[in-house]
Amino acid sequence: MPEQVTHTGEYVPYFLHKGKYPGALSWLLATDHKRIGLLYMVCIATFFSTAVVIGVIMRINMLPGHAILTPQQYNAAFTLHGIIMVFLVVIPAVPTIFGNFFLPILIGGRDMIFPRLNLFTWYLFVFGAVLAMVSVFFGGGAVDTGWTFYVPFSLKTTVNVPLAVFAVFILGMSSILTGINIVTTVHQLRAPGMGFFKMPLSVWGFYATAWVQILATPIIGITMLLVVMERLFGIGVFDPSKGGDPLLYQHLFWIYSHPAVYIMILPAMGVISDIFPVFSRKNIYGYKMIAFSSLAIASVGSLVWGHHMYVSGQSDTAGIIFSFLTFLVAVPSAIKVFNWLATMYKGSIQVEPPFLYALSFIFLFSIGGLTGLFLGALSPNVQLHNTYFVVGHFHYVIFGGMGFGLAAAIHYWFPKMTGKMYNKPTSVVAWLIVFVGFNIFYFPMFILGWEGMPRRYCDYLPQFTTLHQVASIGSFIMVAGLVLVAINLARGLVAGAKAEANPWGGATLEWTLPSPPGHEDFEEIPVITRGPYEFDKKETGV
Amino acid sequence: MNDREDAHAGGRVGIWLFISTEIILFGGLFLLYSMYRLKNPVDFHAGSLELNRVLGTLNTVILITCSLTVALGIAALERGRPKQSAWFVAATIACAFGFLIVKAFEWTAKFHHGLYPNAPVLLSLPKGENLFFGLYYMMTGLHGIHVLVGIGVLSVMLVRVLRGTITPGNPIYLVNSGLYWHLVDMIWIFLFPLFYLIT
Amino acid sequence: MDAHATREMPNAGPQGPGMRSYVLVWGALILLTATTVAVAGFNFQKIAIIVCLGIAAIKSTLVLFFFMHLRYERRLIIKLLMPIAIATLAIFIGLTFSDVITR
Repeated sequence: MPEQVTHTGEYVPYFLHKGKYPGALSWLLATDHKRIGLLYMVCIATFFSTAVVIGVIMRINMLPGHAILTPQQYNAAFTLHGIIMVFLVVIPAVPTIFGNFFLPILIGGRDMIFPRLNLFTWYLFVFGAVLAMVSVFFGGGAVDTGWTFYVPFSLKTTVNVPLAVFAVFILGMSSILTGINIVTTVHQLRAPGMGFFKMPLSVWGFYATAWVQILATPIIGITMLLVVMERLFGIGVFDPSKGGDPLLYQHLFWIYSHPAVYIMILPAMGVISDIFPVFSRKNIYGYKMIAFSSLAIASVGSLVWGHHMYVSGQSDTAGIIFSFLTFLVAVPSAIKVFNWLATMYKGSIQVEPPFLYALSFIFLFSIGGLTGLFLGALSPNVQLHNTYFVVGHFHYVIFGGMGFGLAAAIHYWFPKMTGKMYNKPTSVVAWLIVFVGFNIFYFPMFILGWEGMPRRYCDYLPQFTTLHQVASIGSFIMVAGLVLVAINLARGLVAGAKAEANPWGGATLEWTLPSPPGHEDFEEIPVITRGPYEFDKKETGV
Repeated sequence: MNDREDAHAGGRVGIWLFISTEIILFGGLFLLYSMYRLKNPVDFHAGSLELNRVLGTLNTVILITCSLTVALGIAALERGRPKQSAWFVAATIACAFGFLIVKAFEWTAKFHHGLYPNAPVLLSLPKGENLFFGLYYMMTGLHGIHVLVGIGVLSVMLVRVLRGTITPGNPIYLVNSGLYWHLVDMIWIFLFPLFYLIT
Repeated sequence: MDAHATREMPNAGPQGPGMRSYVLVWGALILLTATTVAVAGFNFQKIAIIVCLGIAAIKSTLVLFFFMHLRYERRLIIKLLMPIAIATLAIFIGLTFSDVITR
């Protein structure tokens, strides 16, 4: 029986706890949700850094006179950048790091309901990543199809498509099992008194996301398997010469990959919904609307995939239907933005790093979301499809949205996870550098795309030179900011000041535990009598 | 909430969620099937005529029967009869093998006639028929893999019933394995008319 | 504390229908199989697929309700799962149809 936790500090933090297995095995065979969250974090940080480096190389390549990559290498670079970012970073990050670490605590439970399954998902994740890496170096080399693997090119190109798409299949399995774990945990392990409408909104975010993981991911699974079968056996389902329809590949691919972007954003939005009340010292405005909007985004967002295919040969009728549905899905996101702003209104604002990231999240995600409406409308799409406008749009929503949301989560929960506090002034400076660099980097892309610069091209007409230079410089500034963020957090980890249990004054359950928590989260499962953002009713402890 | 009820209900929710994912997985193939059948009704009919309706029906009966035996196996265990339960589970595994043998027989017969993916004979047929057979192999193949996995899972359960680690008081792993097995049966219930009974 | 059901509990007793009911359901499934094969043999053209798929749906419902105990299930989330999965598939297939049939 491990030491009991007390607030006087007489306990063993979870990362030092001595369990059944010694040394490294205590991590590799961990079933503690907190340790599994850290396992994911280490991997995802590595993959993110790799993909950032690839991105920097791409941006150097796009500077005039600096073509350091051959066209084939450039194709491989943006493909790998996309595969790593989409499947190894953005889709898993918030659910597997913070969902794993905090979901059980936020609902007052002891762990995820299937701890060994949880560990298995991490192994699948690592296995998928290894397969993807191997595919770069063997069997024909790095895939050059873009992360979207469109047929017919993916069936004909001589690089190692089968291994890469099989890696995606494995990663999909990991995601599905995580989703099953999350839904079941939320249904079964909430503490007494925690009804669905007393859960923190971050839990709603994880919950809605998990449903998308369960219902949409199998489609990418079967699609990737079909690509493998096509390449190995020539079945013909996507090959026109055998009766197949390449557009059906795009349908199947986007049936998952569009909901996938909601897998990316919903958890981040959930964390943001937790953060604003704390730093406004005010209850969230419109709790139920935010909760339902998460479900609405998850469901309506699964109906819009055809907006990726307006100009691919899809019928106009279908285009009209998909465009209409695409405009609909903007509504629940707008509801969230409104409610966050209303939460801050007349609140007592504490300007801290998590709050700054959350605020910039709203700004950047709104730009991304609004530019999505340009793309979702049928006529502008003809001009903008496959241009840099798209690249700007998705970087604003994914990086500006999910990325800044992830950074907000890191800076919010860092003291709880590590027991240390990072240097706040430095983190504000780093945030500013990232924010400014981000906009210099990605905003010109809207103009570039509008003026006709195609995406995934390693070269361009002279009239695009200036904006590409601006963008590349912006990327260097942004990356410098990211490096500063990382250094600051590392320094905080090693030499930071000791953090108290509740440095931000939050009212959700994780702040009732010591920083960092012990192996067992709660000495006693709490009985919930109040909502997650009630600051005036808050007693000391639970 | 009762702690033990908790643990069992959790496992059940989990396996049902997993079953939903399998339905969606096959659903992607059903999507392709629907589109291609819509576009190639005559060719799909021609393809269906090549399949052996008797063997297809036999396989359907086999799977329905082993769904029965696994359900009886769980019921026997719940009534405190582990030996009888073990017999029923063993019967299920035997039926499953039977299914795979019939399937293997069907497939090899088709291969002999040159009706396999990318075969010259198949490619000389109308395109819709090529699609029919492509989907046939893909869907019955994926289903067959699930049968194989089911055999593995049920074999492990059989050992546990015999060893006494699955008991009337703790039947959850057998129950969940049964649920998986019924899913495998249900998928075939749809595959059968879609491939063998096209008029 | 392990969330896994590895602990003993007193015999929970039989869940779901009795063994005789299972055999009756099996009989119904065999009968329905025979029916669907017969219908297919009659060459009813368009109707046949609707009838055959309809029979398949009935057979699946029998398997779900009786063999898989859905009729006796108390957890709401489990009862909702099949409708949710089927609705999801219907949407995926339906919206794709909206493209394929109007091209």
